[in-house]
Amino acid sequence: MQFPFLSVIVFTPLVAALIILMLPARRKDLVRSVALAAATLDLILSAWVYLTYLLQGMDGYQFVEQYSWLPTLGISLHFGVDGMSTPLILLTGIVMFTGVLISWGEERNGVSAGIQDRPREFFAFLFILASGVFGVFASLDLFMLFFFYEIAVFPMYLLIVIWGWVVTREYAAMKLTLYLFVGSVISLVGALAMVWTAYQNTGVLSFDLLHLEQAGFSAEFQRLWFLPVFLGFAVLGGIWPFHNWSPDGHVAAPTAVSMFHAGVLMKLGAFAALRVGIMLMPQGAKEWSWLILGLATVNVVYGAFIAFVQTDFKYVIGFSSVSHMGLVMMGFATLSREGLLGAGLQMFSHGVMTALFFAVVGMVYDRAHTRHIPDLGGFAKVMPYPAIGFIIGGLVSMGMPGFSGFIAEFPIFMGVWKTQWLIAVIAAVSIVVTASYILIIVRRVFFGEASEVLLHHHVGDVTPLDKLAIVTLCAFMVGLGLFPGLMAPMVGRGVDYILHLLGGA
Amino acid sequence: MDFLNAHLLSLILFFPTLAALVMLFLPSKRVGLLRWYAFLVSLVPLALSILLWFQFDPSREGFQFEERYIWYAALHSSLHLGVDGLSLTMVLLTTLLTPLAILASFSITDRVKAYMILFLLLETGMLGVFLALDLLIFFVFWEVGLVPMYFLINQWGSANRDYASLKFMIYTMGGSLGLLLSIQLLGVLFQTYDLPELYKAWNALTEGTLLGMSVSTVKTIAFWAFVIAFAIKVPVWPFHTWLPDAHTEAPTAGSMILAGVLLKLGAYGFLRLVLPLYPLEARMYAGALALLATAAIVFGAFGSYAQNDFKRLVAYSSVNHMGFVVLGIAAAALAAGTADARIALNGAILQMFNHGLSAAGMFFLVGVIYERTHTRNLNELGGLFPLVPVYGGILIFTSMASLGLPGLNGFVSEFLVVRGAYPVLTSYTAISMLGLLFTGAYILKAIRQVLHGPLNEHWAHGEHRLTEMTPREIVVMAPLMALILLIGVWPSWILKVINEAVMRLF
Repeated sequence: MQFPFLSVIVFTPLVAALIILMLPARRKDLVRSVALAAATLDLILSAWVYLTYLLQGMDGYQFVEQYSWLPTLGISLHFGVDGMSTPLILLTGIVMFTGVLISWGEERNGVSAGIQDRPREFFAFLFILASGVFGVFASLDLFMLFFFYEIAVFPMYLLIVIWGWVVTREYAAMKLTLYLFVGSVISLVGALAMVWTAYQNTGVLSFDLLHLEQAGFSAEFQRLWFLPVFLGFAVLGGIWPFHNWSPDGHVAAPTAVSMFHAGVLMKLGAFAALRVGIMLMPQGAKEWSWLILGLATVNVVYGAFIAFVQTDFKYVIGFSSVSHMGLVMMGFATLSREGLLGAGLQMFSHGVMTALFFAVVGMVYDRAHTRHIPDLGGFAKVMPYPAIGFIIGGLVSMGMPGFSGFIAEFPIFMGVWKTQWLIAVIAAVSIVVTASYILIIVRRVFFGEASEVLLHHHVGDVTPLDKLAIVTLCAFMVGLGLFPGLMAPMVGRGVDYILHLLGGA
Repeated sequence: MDFLNAHLLSLILFFPTLAALVMLFLPSKRVGLLRWYAFLVSLVPLALSILLWFQFDPSREGFQFEERYIWYAALHSSLHLGVDGLSLTMVLLTTLLTPLAILASFSITDRVKAYMILFLLLETGMLGVFLALDLLIFFVFWEVGLVPMYFLINQWGSANRDYASLKFMIYTMGGSLGLLLSIQLLGVLFQTYDLPELYKAWNALTEGTLLGMSVSTVKTIAFWAFVIAFAIKVPVWPFHTWLPDAHTEAPTAGSMILAGVLLKLGAYGFLRLVLPLYPLEARMYAGALALLATAAIVFGAFGSYAQNDFKRLVAYSSVNHMGFVVLGIAAAALAAGTADARIALNGAILQMFNHGLSAAGMFFLVGVIYERTHTRNLNELGGLFPLVPVYGGILIFTSMASLGLPGLNGFVSEFLVVRGAYPVLTSYTAISMLGLLFTGAYILKAIRQVLHGPLNEHWAHGEHRLTEMTPREIVVMAPLMALILLIGVWPSWILKVINEAVMRLF
């Protein structure tokens, strides 16, 4: 039997959280060291899984593990990754690692960067969340998928309410949790309907996704249930008009949580919508794809315009996530090879990019104590790394060739061309809008006249760990942009499987 | 040597980027080291492209030195490089102007490292467009070249740089949207981005319907999408308004490259993509293109004459000169296959090269005077010839090339364009000759206001006393002037390469 990579990846954060909770609260650096060790371990393991999958033929589900859990109900702890989920495992590893790095922070000269207040509890909750995220991406069992999904969502509430931005944290945390729970409950009802129908069709009671794929749901059933299941998950993916929780949540959350939130959690929604919605009910997906495409287009264009008019640095990024996640949904809705390929790549690319964005915003805010864009300016002089990182992220965001955003967005648009060319033309507008607001922000925040804030608060440079986090994230964006062959073939194999399900329906 | 020949293009293309990466690790305090390093490494692509020039066999059919590497297999796009006479000329222009621009930037003192790195990346971006034989790769380099230029203007430009750089970026990106969408359409239709294959496949597609419209309608829309993207870059009137701002605000070397090479990207797009992919549409709308080109020639000249800012004057002159390139292209599209078309195209391509030399030279000379006086206002200059005779001589020489004086390069190419266009586009050519008259007027105006007339005493004494050009500055101008004269008196060495390419392409 091979080494259980996926279980170790999924449960390492959970175990680390327990260890951290047993450490004395005063020994902050010890807590952080344990957290960093766990995050590094997970990053290495997920990179190992990624590379193994890439180099070993990229065939179907690999690293499969199955442990019986509740056999009477057909529930088992069934893990396995394919071309679609492997990049997301790697993404989670990256975000977890960099999230811990930038939460380390420092406390000097009145600067309180990172997490200085109760880091023990913070890291414990954050790691429980990370376990949940890994679990969803690795699960091949519908019950376990929901199980991990809720584990990922709940700590979010505490993390925002306790460590969030004082002004809006209660409101945002409540809003976020309610939205996501309502969404997942609706999906859960659909999921139970699927399991029950599959039981009636096949005589086997099982939550296994691979079993449910073959359950032969009737067209009638799929038409009825696809939409609730897909949209229930897509709420977490930030689909319009249910995106409302997300910018508020992003803004209120502490930096590392925003990174997790926008970088990984939104992919959780999109991934689950794909895995459960589209892959289990392909007929329903075909039936409703026009609606998803329409909603996603609103996401893309409307999100970009709303981001353009924000004056709060963090809200800009929040709404840009709404816009970019729209592209993922758009790629799904095309149900074509190119569209799905692009969506898979966009999930990774956007995850890394937005994690970087929120990290940089956090670094600026911790030192400037304001996120009001007109009050900022001239930060490139004192913090060159965040400035260059933000510029690279910005180029990814505007879909500049040579960076990962282009690699992802280009196939999505090709997929849209195949389905409905008019949408491609409309959505393309967002590229210019995005370029405008990114360039304007870069200029206002990082260049231009040194602001009052900069002069009066003795803003200093970021810590070496922050720099390491920025360099890591940038390396992935540039690497993927220059060498799409590092990821596209893998996602392509995942897409082949989805197309097989779509064709077989 | 075999390795060198087999990878010559990718070496030329990626050497500047590799050098820029190495530069990241050089100490940013050692300004002298950084400058010399950047200059010396930029000579390598020049040496390689001179080698390429001599290894290149003009009489051979098709693309040479082809290389192909896997890039984005899922979209059937590969890093396919190759040169013909057209791209070879442009590659030589780019690799020639980059070291000169870097040498011209030795006066930059602020953040030299970042500046030089951006410049080297810019070189890769521009070369990539000229070398690409894959539509997606073409677009990648087309867009990516914008980024270094944006930051060069935005960070090292003069007073109004924020406005100018954003306008430059958004204008070009917005203009490229249609190009992007059309490229996607081609990719979706043919499952390949390889240019030689697309030439065949897209031209073979004449019947039937696409996206619910007839093929000819779709082709017409796609044609205009391509044309607008390239017309903005050239720029053709009325899409030229970004240019005076960007050129004026950019640092000297930035303007040299902008006018010298970046504008050629647009014209190159017409020649490499629009004419071969859309011969019928190009023929149908050649009249419209010629009208815009004539407008660019005439209004460019008027606009230039009206300026009191030396740099803006030179910027508008680019609109005027690039108009001739587009006029030549329009004539070639209309009369495709005839001798007139070939003459016009020869002229257009040579004009691209020539304008690259003279515009880069002019912007550099504007920069020389600006660095000393910190003004570009023509009214504040005047009578400087006795103070700086060498500068005066060089300025007059370069201006005369720009004006189209026989014996210098501008005359050869403009004559060829006019000769080729006259039989097919008689009235437009006649009107554009009027523009040529004003070219003379604005150039003489600039010379008079800077060099002649009453001396502005401010520059004659004390701390403001104007100093002569330094040897470094003369070295920047020397190769440009040598080539200007060489092409003027003996154009056949370069026309031979261009003509062979034109004969094969059209």
